[in-house]
Order: sequence, then structure tokens, then C-alpha cells
Amino acid sequence: MSSLTGHPPRRPPRSILPWLATPALVVFVGFAVIPLVGVFALSFTTWDGIGTIHPSGLTSWRAVLTDPGLPHALWVTFLVMAVSWAVQTPLSILLGTFLAGRQRYRAVLGVIYFVPLMLSSAAIAIAYKALLDPNFGLGAGLGLQLLSQDWLGRPGLAFGVVVFVVSWQFVPFHSLIYQGGVQQIPHSLYEAAQLDGAGRIRQFFSITLPQLRYTIITSSTLMVVGSLTFFDLIFVLTEGGPGDATRVLALDMYKRGFQASLMGPASVIAVILVLLGLALALLLRRLGGRDAGASQLEGA
Amino acid sequence: MALSRRSLLGLAAAVPASAALAACGSSGPGKSGGGATYWYLNGQPQEGVRAGAVDAYNKAHPDDGIEDTTFQNDAYKTKIKTAIGAGQAPTIIWGWGGGTLRTYAKAGQVEDLTSWFEEHSDIKKSLLATSFDPATVDGKIYAMPCENVQPVVLYYNKKVFDQVGVEPPESWDDIMALVPEFNAKGIAPFSLGGQSRWTNMMWLEFLFDRIGGPEVFQAVIEGEKNAWSHPDAIAALTKVQELVEADGFIKGFSSITADSNADQALLYTGKAAMMLHGSWSYGIQQADGGDFVAGGGLGYMNFPPVDGGKGDPSNTVGNPAQYLSISSKATTEEKKIAKDFFATGVLQDAEVKAWIDNGSVPVRLGTEKLLAASKSADFLEVNYGIASKAGTFVQSWDQALSPTAAETLLDNIVKLFQLSISPKQFAGALNAVIGK
Repeated sequence: MSSLTGHPPRRPPRSILPWLATPALVVFVGFAVIPLVGVFALSFTTWDGIGTIHPSGLTSWRAVLTDPGLPHALWVTFLVMAVSWAVQTPLSILLGTFLAGRQRYRAVLGVIYFVPLMLSSAAIAIAYKALLDPNFGLGAGLGLQLLSQDWLGRPGLAFGVVVFVVSWQFVPFHSLIYQGGVQQIPHSLYEAAQLDGAGRIRQFFSITLPQLRYTIITSSTLMVVGSLTFFDLIFVLTEGGPGDATRVLALDMYKRGFQASLMGPASVIAVILVLLGLALALLLRRLGGRDAGASQLEGA
Repeated sequence: MALSRRSLLGLAAAVPASAALAACGSSGPGKSGGGATYWYLNGQPQEGVRAGAVDAYNKAHPDDGIEDTTFQNDAYKTKIKTAIGAGQAPTIIWGWGGGTLRTYAKAGQVEDLTSWFEEHSDIKKSLLATSFDPATVDGKIYAMPCENVQPVVLYYNKKVFDQVGVEPPESWDDIMALVPEFNAKGIAPFSLGGQSRWTNMMWLEFLFDRIGGPEVFQAVIEGEKNAWSHPDAIAALTKVQELVEADGFIKGFSSITADSNADQALLYTGKAAMMLHGSWSYGIQQADGGDFVAGGGLGYMNFPPVDGGKGDPSNTVGNPAQYLSISSKATTEEKKIAKDFFATGVLQDAEVKAWIDNGSVPVRLGTEKLLAASKSADFLEVNYGIASKAGTFVQSWDQALSPTAAETLLDNIVKLFQLSISPKQFAGALNAVIGK
């Protein structure tokens, strides 16, 4: 971490301050607020994406809310969210703590761990799809029975593969967040613990984990809200299949909108997605205490 | 040494497929100059023929040519709908006619070509008359039939049949009897790219027709209430589930995509004995299968009859042609180029010859001599025989129906093949979207 030294920060005059937010605000309104309003409006219409848009009141909402596909997609979405959170968080914390050490070999390993993050989701999905092919994939190629399962063709296995690939892709990112978090923990805490005779494991559970509390909240928020929008990876890997075993909400929205040409119901799902995302983010902020944005390092 | 040559080939085969997909992502639509734009499907050998026709046209018209962009089959189906809806359609829209074209026509997105065909009656007369049905909406022609007749054919690997010592099936009972024979030898009876969904659909198209005749699905098209619950429909749906239960399809079929040609590879590598696929499969087997086709390894036939079925065994299913429409949003100049391309660039002699060499029967008439002289003459004879002698040529269901009904159909077909819904549940789900 480097900090700017030299010039003392000069505070701009107060009247300019609000204007500094303008560029961000324009982008946010243009690319988030206006489309959101548009989608909300579309959810009260019937439109095939090609012809004219007909207002139709609550027809689309009724169609989606009574469709047994919706609870299923919600369930799959939550399951992906929960399982991938449960897999990624411990792994990322451990890796992050490990990488926070100053040894050179750890820096080298850190670079290697980072590789999955540099690949696009589509490329990752295609690569895994080819590797897991039961007839031409890795298992069949190496003659390993264990590896030549019908990975993407059985509901349970396909779900596991999705969680695994998602974790493989995002663990490096969250490790990076935790690495930063661990490095900010004041060294004096560990020294004091050492004097009191605490071992490495005790230090991890009594100092590192509690000090990482806000980092865990940040990383979890990113994971949970991000998992609502998993689309590209699952779309290329399984297309929501087999059947609808991995059809998450975002995929369901795409299929309804762009494959079945039902823009109204697809917009309803989009609205549900936005509300879910907001609710979850709020909930996680609550969990982290009221001042989640404040620094936990005061006085350090 | 556990690593065999085949496994290396398998890995090697996976690379170009992913490279092709990656390449397709980067090639967005681009409009330049006053030329027309044209989107069509990629995948060799067909892509080469399509590109060849455009190149030939552009060579003759260096100033006002056509800019072409290619897409993967399943990706294209969504892309083109979105583009048309957003007013970003290419000048020339490649498609399958039928229900999707009807949607475009109803929304006024494609040019009415009726008067153009009246002015150019020689062109109309030079194309197979039956190919115009899916191009016609309420008596008006909205697309030009192009490329070739594509009946669905039952392919089989002759070497595998010899190895197991069995004969090609002549009835549905034969098929069911062959299944355990192949499974006992560790060979999958049928290859299937089940993730692509329309691949499974071809099985239902044939079983519906063989068991109940074309009337059963025609009733769906005509919007008859509860048409999917017809006893013959239920019988056909039950039969296909029996085949799945008997392990008739390759292990992992529900995660295999047709866009990567993995289903084709299963047949020519001998991992599967048979495959139900469109007539274009011949060209792929020829291009990718090494000496598989040239060495006489590929067998082909029409789908066999089902005992006690009402359907005429000469009937076939598939695509009566491919179709080119003109976007009504294109500029006058773009439309002029497109129409000129239709008249002087589509199905010219070189393109016709290229299709024939791939084992395809072009929709242009008067090609009998070329067909007979081709290196693929034997397959062409079977292909042409199926297409021309068919009592009824049922258009692919997902293209005949509206996009909304087609999506419900494809979704439920996958569940049917997964055995996660019963034939009755399938019928119930589809009855709900009849006429939508």
C-alpha cells in the first residue's frame, strides 16, 4: 500500500462538490435507473420483442407468479447462492490469509491463483464443458472411470459442477479481498497474542477472523448479490439443464424473453431479481452492524 | 500408457470448436458503405458454400456488395429475433420460414415479395414448388426459398453393424431389439445431441407421423383444443420414453450439443451405432470423419415404420428449404442489392454444384444430371428419393410453431427425455400453449 505524500490535500470549494458527482450520476441514471423504469413498465405489457407493445395490466405478473417454474428457479438460485457461498468463503479466507504472508513463494503462488480471474466466463465454461464430456472428455481420454461421469447430464452432478466452476472462477477474487483485509490487521495484535502464548491456530480464530468481520460482509455481499446474476457461465455450460436442474432466475429471464419471445413475463422476473438483490444487500448490511462502512482500524 | 491416440484426437477436436465459438463472439454486425448486410449460420461445410455465393456476388459487384456475418445455429435463433425487434436487422435475413417468419410478417418487419416473384416468374418456376409453403403467410410470399431440401435421415455406422453382426432396423420393434445388442458390446445404440433440444424433437416428429399420421401434429398447427392429448400422440411420447429407459441413447446425451458436432463425432468414431439427423449431417460426416464416408462406412435410410401405425412410411420430416427474407427497415438501396442478389447470386451454378458435392439436394429444379454425376450420388439418390416421394413433408415443429409455443415445446421435450415428466404431463403443458 502506498499513500500520496508531498502536497497536502487541498480541499475544493464547497460549491463545486455536488457537481463532482455529476458524471457518475449521469452514467448511473442512463444505464441503471432509466432501463429499470423501462423494465418495470414493460412488466405490465405484452410484447413479443418484434411487433408492437400492448399494455396488458397484470397479465404478465399473474402468468409468472402462478408458473411452477418460478419457485423452482428461485430455489435453484438460492441453492447456488448458498452452496457457492459456503464453498467459497472458507477457501477464500484461508487462501487470503496464506497469501498475506510476506514470503516470496507466496507471492509467486498468488500470481498463479489469480489466473482463473483473468479468463472470461464463456471461455471457462467451454473449457470445462469439453473436459467433462463423458465421451470425448478428460475422463474418457485418460481412461479414468471416476472422471468419466455424466457430469452435465445428471441434475445433481450438473449442479455440483456449476458450483465448482463458479467457485474456481471467483475464489481468487475473494482471496484477494481477504488478503488485503489480513494485511491491514495491526501487527501489534499478533505480537501481543504471541506473548500470551497463543499458537497459530488460536491467533487465526481469535484475531484474524474477528478482525476480518467487515471484509467477510463485503465479500459475502459481492458473492450473494453477484450470484443472482450468474448467467453466462451457466448458459454456456448447461443452458439451465439437464431439464431445469440449473435454471437460475437470470437464465429463466433470458429464456422467457429472448427464446420464447415473452418480454412481459421476462420483465417481471427482472423486477423480481432487482428487488431480491436490493433486499439481500440491505439484509447483509444489517448483519454487519449499522456502520459497516466505517473503518475497523480506528486507532491502529 | 493410458493416454490413447483417440483421447488426444478428442482434445484436439475440442479446441477448434471452442475457437470457433470464441471467434463468433467477436464478429459483431458491421455496416459499411451502401452495401447490404447478410447474416447466416456458420459451421462447415455449409458455411463455405454460403460464403462462396456471397464472394462470387461481391466479385461481380465491387462497389455495392454484401457484407456477411456468421453465427452458430442456436445463438443465431435468439440473435436474429433480438436484432429485428431492435431495428438492427441485417438487410437479408436467413431463416427457416414457418412460424417465426409469420411473426416477422405480422409485425411488418419483412418485405412482401409476392409482386417481385410475379415479375420474376422464371425464378419462382425454377424452385421446388413445395418449398414455398413455409415462405407464405396468408397468401403472400415473404421469403425466397434457398439452399436445399433437408429431410431427416436415419444414419448408421456400417462397420459397427458388421462388428456386432446385426442388420439395419426395418421397424420400430427392430430398433428396440437392436438396443440391447449394441449395449451389450459397449456401443451406444443412438447418438444424440440432447442439449440442443431440437435434436430430440426429430424423434417425436417421426414417431407422431408413423403412429398417427401427419394429421396429429397438423391439428396442433390448426389450433385444435387438446390436440397434444390425442391417443396417438400419447403413444408416440410413451414409445420415445421406452427407448430412453432401455438406454437407447448415448450416455450423457443431455449435455451434448449439436452445434459442436459432438453428436456427429460419436457416429463416425463408432461410439454410437445410429443417429437420427438432418440430411446436412452427411456433409459433416464427409468433412470431419476422415475416410468414414468415402470408405463406405456411413449407411442411411428413411425412418422405419411403427407396427400398427397409421402414417405413410414414405412421409418425412425436416426443412423443406432455407429462406431468405428482406428486412423492411433496410434502405431502398440495400433492398435493391438484396433483390439483385436473390435474382443473380442465389443458387447459381457454382453454389448448386457445391451443395450437391456435400450430399445436399438443392431446391433448384433441373439438377438431376448433376446429382447423378456427383461423388455423393448414392446418398443424393436416397435423399432426393425421400424428399420427392414423401407423401407429406412435415416442417420441423419448432419452426412451424410460433416462438412462444416452440420454446415450451423444446423445454418439455428435454424433460420428456429426462423422464422427469410423463407423456400426459407433456401433453398438458403443450395443450396450454396451443394457438399462442
